[in-house]
Amino acid sequence: MAATKPAIDMTAAMVTEAVPLADWLLVAPILLTMTGGALAIIFRKKPATQPWIAIAVISLVVFSNIALLNHVLTNGVVTMVMGSWPPPFGIAFTADPLGALLALMASIATLCVAVFAMDSIATNERRYGFYPFLLMLLCGVTGAFLTGDIFNLYVWFEVLLISSFGMQILGNEKVQIDGAVKYAVLNLIATTLFLAATGLLYGLVGTLNMADIAIKVQALDGSGPVLGLAALYFLAFAMKAAAFPVNFWLPASYHTPRLVVAAIFAGLLSKVGVYALLRVMVLLMPEGRDWLSSLIGLVAIATMLTGSLGALAQTDIRRLMGYLVIAGIGAMLAGIAVGNEAAISGAIFYAMHSVLIMTALYLLVAFMFQISSTFSLREIGGLYVRSPMGAAIGLVLLLGVAGLPPFSGFWAKLLLVAGALEAGRGWVVAGLLVSGLLSTLAVGRLWIFAFWRGGNEHTVDGIQALPIAGSAEPKEISLTIWLPLVALTGLIVLIGVFPEGMMSVSDYGAKTLLDPSTYIASVFGGTQ
Amino acid sequence: MNTLIFRTVAPYLSALMLLFSVFVLLRGHNEPGGGFIGGLIAVSAFAIYGIACGVSAVRRAMKYHPMSIAASGLLLAVLSVMPSIFLGQSAMTSQWLAVPFLGTVIDLSTPLFFDIGVYLVVVGAISSIALSLEERAD
Repeated sequence: MAATKPAIDMTAAMVTEAVPLADWLLVAPILLTMTGGALAIIFRKKPATQPWIAIAVISLVVFSNIALLNHVLTNGVVTMVMGSWPPPFGIAFTADPLGALLALMASIATLCVAVFAMDSIATNERRYGFYPFLLMLLCGVTGAFLTGDIFNLYVWFEVLLISSFGMQILGNEKVQIDGAVKYAVLNLIATTLFLAATGLLYGLVGTLNMADIAIKVQALDGSGPVLGLAALYFLAFAMKAAAFPVNFWLPASYHTPRLVVAAIFAGLLSKVGVYALLRVMVLLMPEGRDWLSSLIGLVAIATMLTGSLGALAQTDIRRLMGYLVIAGIGAMLAGIAVGNEAAISGAIFYAMHSVLIMTALYLLVAFMFQISSTFSLREIGGLYVRSPMGAAIGLVLLLGVAGLPPFSGFWAKLLLVAGALEAGRGWVVAGLLVSGLLSTLAVGRLWIFAFWRGGNEHTVDGIQALPIAGSAEPKEISLTIWLPLVALTGLIVLIGVFPEGMMSVSDYGAKTLLDPSTYIASVFGGTQ
Repeated sequence: MNTLIFRTVAPYLSALMLLFSVFVLLRGHNEPGGGFIGGLIAVSAFAIYGIACGVSAVRRAMKYHPMSIAASGLLLAVLSVMPSIFLGQSAMTSQWLAVPFLGTVIDLSTPLFFDIGVYLVVVGAISSIALSLEERAD
């Protein structure tokens, strides 16, 4: 067949110019995690080697994502079309600063979780497939961050959802099935809405490539169908991101899985929803965002306030963390609602910060459980004496999540507040600051009760309750617990003390989102 | 379903279906067919064999654990995406190799290996589900 083929001018049908090797960094995280996932399944009966496969692969992904971010920062938005078919026909992978930054943070968080899980996931649960699921989850998340095709984004959502279902029921407990059902039903509804909206969008503009959509939606000039689609996408992704009032699934399900699993969920999954909102509302449908901005602002404030009030009311530490995740989502939505450069930059900065800190906080909860054997704020106490180092890390992380300086969350909130003031949205600023105050109270309460108070809630002030006689000595804290905690805390402090680098990345990301011309040029530049 | 006729016919039927699944897999590049549908036909063959002769017979016949089959398929699919890296082309760009064989020319290509990977993933994943469901029913 090949011999009889007439000579065809391939330049019309395919991208023929050479692709620099650096562009392969776009697909490297996906190829690596898929290979690692397949290997981990093949070695599923060797639970001792599985963590090493995962850690090696995820470390490679971290390095490749660092190189990718560097590539994007030096050369601008990078695009590769699969199979050399020219866009919009070939499926494009497009990394802008937002996608590359979040992909890097996600891989760092996953690496920390992979190390932490070495000791905290039982051997039989490893056999059940913790590490393959973890690798495929990272595959889905980075795929979602790096794809430039909206249907492909849906596919990556499916990949990460299926892996997350598997991870959630690891342990086969009744309460986990209960949590998983709530999580699965709500997420499947959201995914269905997303798919329906994508179908309608395809009907409207006849393309799925994001750059092409951005061009064609611009030409429609904010007509009715575009606004309707924007509302539909907003609902679908708000469900995924756990925004008020469709966020009840999160506190109902995040306390049931293993804590390392909850850590990766809190760090990555809701951020994918926020990322999708940024991508669709800001890059693809700016008219829709303008039209919805007051609604998004109200949703953001309600999300922040319910999150921080919920955190203040909880006595179960795991549920408290769930509400803190929601409060953070509200802050990112506030940035999308305001929508100017400073606010979008703040939302990007917050998303990056939130990936690190929520993962670290759930790992901290696991650490606290390790030395106290309880999740109840009434029972817990005296952890300062058992581990001063843990108390210090806890203080940094808790103040960091409340957005106090000098930690990374402060700069994100500063950008958000500056953006909202610039846009004359005083009420969004009020919401941000009130929610920040309430979160500070909630985390202060947690730290004082857990670390400072001598013992459980009946302990008189100033007295250090002694461990009950006969109760087991607190277990030795292994290196696999310290290493991820210290690494994440170090990153949070580092970004907090030297925010300029991150801020320039998030500013660049915001510029690319608000002015799609560089994004579009990256996809179509080579062929037109 | 434990009738003599069914038990006698099932092995031949499954063998035919497996053969057909490979045929569907290979014609997939230019005509309707491909790895996914071929894999589903192969799984139906294993399912029929399992209903007739029991799950353990199917596991013996498959030789490798379905999960390993699925994983190796995924590995093959990922590898088939890679060759274009050496030619300065995008990921998944197809590479063709015409091999003369017994007087005809066989076109080997990366999409073919990708499709075989898909076939193996589908065979492994779906038969793993089907077998555990049938095991519960026993």
